[in-house]
Amino acid sequence: MKTKLPWLIPLAFLLWFLGSARMPADKEFSLNLFGSLPVVFNGRHQPLDSIARNALLALHGKQTANLEPWKGVLEGPRILSATEWLLTVMANPEVTDQWPLFRVDHPEVISLLGLPDKDREKQSDGKHYAWTQVASDRNFQLMQTNSAVAEEKKTEVRTPFDQAILRLNSAMTLYFRLKNSIQPQDAKDWAAELAALDLLIPPGIAAARASEAGRPYDTNALEALLRPVGRMQVMSRLEPPLVIPPQDPVRQPENWTRTGEALMSHIRGEPLPAAVSDYAAMVSAFRQGRGADFNQAVGRYHDRLQGAHSQEILKTSREQFFNHLAPFYKAMVIYVAAFLLAVCYWFNFSEWARRSAFGLIGFGFLIHTLGLLFRMWLEGRPPVTNLYSSAIFIGWGAIVLGMLLERFWRNSIGLVVASAIGFITLVIAHNLSLKEDTLQMMEAVLDTNFWLATHVVIVTLGYASTFVAGFLAMVYIVRGFFTKSLDVNTGRSLARMVYGIVCFATLFSFVGTVLGGIWADQSWGRFWGWDPKENGALIIVLWNAMILHARWGALVKDRGLMCMAIAGNIVTAWSWFGVNMLGIGLHSYGWMSGAFKWLALFVVSQLLLIAIGFLPPTLWRSNALKPTTR
Amino acid sequence: MLKPIIKLLTSLRLTVTLLALGVAVVFFGTLAQTSDGLYVAQSRYFRSWFSTWSPHTVPWIVVPLPGGYLLGTLLLVNLVSAHIQRFRFSWKKSGIFLTHLGIILLLLGQLFTDMFARESRMSFAEGEWRNYTEDFQKTELAVLTDASDRAYDSVVVIPESVLTARGETAHSSLPFKIRVREYYENALLRARAPFVDTNRPPASSEGVGARAVVDGRPPTREMDKRSMPALVAELIGSKGSLGTWLFSMVLDPQDVVVEGKTFRISLRDMRYYQPFSVRLLKTTHETYLGSTRAKNYQSRIRLEHPGGGGDREVDIYMNNPLRYSGLTFFQSQMGNELRDGSGRGTSVFQVVKNPSWIAPYVGCGLVAAGLVVQFLIHLVGFIRKKA
Repeated sequence: MKTKLPWLIPLAFLLWFLGSARMPADKEFSLNLFGSLPVVFNGRHQPLDSIARNALLALHGKQTANLEPWKGVLEGPRILSATEWLLTVMANPEVTDQWPLFRVDHPEVISLLGLPDKDREKQSDGKHYAWTQVASDRNFQLMQTNSAVAEEKKTEVRTPFDQAILRLNSAMTLYFRLKNSIQPQDAKDWAAELAALDLLIPPGIAAARASEAGRPYDTNALEALLRPVGRMQVMSRLEPPLVIPPQDPVRQPENWTRTGEALMSHIRGEPLPAAVSDYAAMVSAFRQGRGADFNQAVGRYHDRLQGAHSQEILKTSREQFFNHLAPFYKAMVIYVAAFLLAVCYWFNFSEWARRSAFGLIGFGFLIHTLGLLFRMWLEGRPPVTNLYSSAIFIGWGAIVLGMLLERFWRNSIGLVVASAIGFITLVIAHNLSLKEDTLQMMEAVLDTNFWLATHVVIVTLGYASTFVAGFLAMVYIVRGFFTKSLDVNTGRSLARMVYGIVCFATLFSFVGTVLGGIWADQSWGRFWGWDPKENGALIIVLWNAMILHARWGALVKDRGLMCMAIAGNIVTAWSWFGVNMLGIGLHSYGWMSGAFKWLALFVVSQLLLIAIGFLPPTLWRSNALKPTTR
Repeated sequence: MLKPIIKLLTSLRLTVTLLALGVAVVFFGTLAQTSDGLYVAQSRYFRSWFSTWSPHTVPWIVVPLPGGYLLGTLLLVNLVSAHIQRFRFSWKKSGIFLTHLGIILLLLGQLFTDMFARESRMSFAEGEWRNYTEDFQKTELAVLTDASDRAYDSVVVIPESVLTARGETAHSSLPFKIRVREYYENALLRARAPFVDTNRPPASSEGVGARAVVDGRPPTREMDKRSMPALVAELIGSKGSLGTWLFSMVLDPQDVVVEGKTFRISLRDMRYYQPFSVRLLKTTHETYLGSTRAKNYQSRIRLEHPGGGGDREVDIYMNNPLRYSGLTFFQSQMGNELRDGSGRGTSVFQVVKNPSWIAPYVGCGLVAAGLVVQFLIHLVGFIRKKA
């Protein structure tokens, strides 16, 4: 009975996945269509939905907007989708200014800005604050001076306080930009104001010409025009997203502009782009709660984009769907479940648990792979383009290796290692996605699909396999020392797995590293420059080669092999993240600081396991290492 | 007596020790880059026989380390002697042979690169041409003897090694000798202040130096910055001393009149003259739409080689260098901040001469092939056994 229905749990997850794949239906307003509209920001075409999600991530680290963070989950706080939040920011910023969406963690920043502590009565959770709180007149000045000081400092000497100030400052700038992308932030009824503007232009321009020529002119007409001009100039100076598509998409497809700039050209005599009035109709209708009018305006604009911009529309609606699908997040959840099932097997040897785990990992892997392919398709790039995607790809490679190991040994070890690395790397990827747009364009020097497809992919597989070897070794030591479940056979098979994977890791990290050297020779003129990232990769190669030679020379037995493989985890984590924290060298495009604590924690945990590995076998609970008596 | 030594040199124990030390050296050499800068750290840890590392906040902790040269040499000896002594060729080990052969090639290639490769730069604005590249790490004293030809100047140059030796130099086309009084590897120049510097004599008796003072500084450690050397030299004509002069990279060339003839003297980046010239026609610096992120740096140049056959226009951009006459030109710097006052675009090429550039390509191929072969041999054996 026990081996029956191993597909039951995978099936449950499949149903969950399929159920959540459909976009939620719109209620009064066509938010889905609005969220799919293409704009240009961060140097690339993207849907408004992506801007909304990335902005919320930058503001408070989540892709939804919780308007009542002081309430517990069960109390049903009011939560908005990213797109609805963005639309409200663009249409009705007086309302969103009151929403507590700026996350401030650092106690010194909280006290500097005089923000309230956690207090349910005053509707404050002590972490999330509204624009009106962080950007009050007094605080706005404080933020300006403090961020200017932090900005002056070099990245490596910035304190956590400086970093918190800069983070909040850039979130505030971003919010400020978004408020000014479709209408000036103080507009009350933008569609009406826009219509009124057209009446001001001819007399205003005539007055301006007359004034320049030194003839008598209508002061009132000139002033009436200068007021909106000031607002437009502020709008374009803030550098909000480029929401207005090119007027001549055939000849100048790259000519996207900002609303403020389009209006300025209009005042100078150019025709007003239809997009400006369409967007104005949307925000006014939304602000006044006229659902039908809003939907009509969105539909009209969307139809207008068809034809000349059908490519962009297709791309951005795909990206919107990808955002909604969140395949890596779902794969992460599945890997946790699989991990638990796979560990179960070690304690009761239920084949059902092992097979369920295998099926579940297989399904998680399928979603993971689909996500990778979808991402590659969106970007038109090989799988790894930045630190974020390297995490996703390391997880993917580890799952492949783990499932292969499981095919041969069928003892659940491959599954545990695969699901553990899969889960951890996806968590890392999730945290990296809080830092920046994960589909960002490539810096000029990295802009070559050939090297991204060869060097980067291979070296990342090298990282993945070194981690697999290290995690296998962790299984050996944890099971051997803390449980009685490590028997002689399992111990031996683990040693063979580690050895095989280290061979594999040596191959990939070596070839990947040297290909990197060749790329460097092609683009910087030297094969090897002892740059930190190169050195990190070299250390992995040397370390793996050392393990192999120590094994061949019988200088270490199983336990020594395990300890060395665990140290491989440290070496790889250093190369992957540690060198980026040094913030030097040509490769330092992946700077990050908050992760330092986690890296240190990981290194300490690995050192502890190595220390345990050196304890005499008599202290181990399992008998795998004890000399067989009689 | 010899036997234990041979046994040690060919042992796997030595290999493992060397690889472990290699990890340590690379690790500390990387850490040191944060405080010493890439260039200093490179020569201290990798282009050396021995070194030590100390955390810069706790200088009494001293970790002794072997240098990159020592490790490379020992690894090479270990590898070669092990193959001579222990290894017997068999098809089962063919992958290991190939791998080790590739490693030897890589080690030797890196050694040759270290010895023979030369990095310099070529920098100019649109419309200008250059027939030389400049070495930003080295300095020379140049004396312009004849500027009458419109196309070419005649120059006598004195390399840095002569200047640092603080000796005396003469040249047949110069009617004076140059005696080095003081040479600063890195120096700060400033105008001699009326009340502050009353006790300090001026840097030199003649020229700009008569109104300036010089302070020596330790060489710079920042990666893309250069030390600014300064030189105080006495010029000695046929009738005796012509006074002392101050030369520096930050000063304009100075004219010295000797026996009715003008010589223009300057301290400058060391130049390597080429038989061809490169003219910068156009620079292109593109960014992604609505952002400051660089999308492309591209320089259009005209290569002119009278009698050399190379006379053409070429585009140089990221990942697309120009290889010509043993040199490789890489697009290195460009950008709005580099644009000079006239509004013309400027461009800097990294110019590399590396006769052994092919070694890593071949070495990498051999190692990769070797590892794949060995890996497949293992895998096939393993699957057969399992099946």
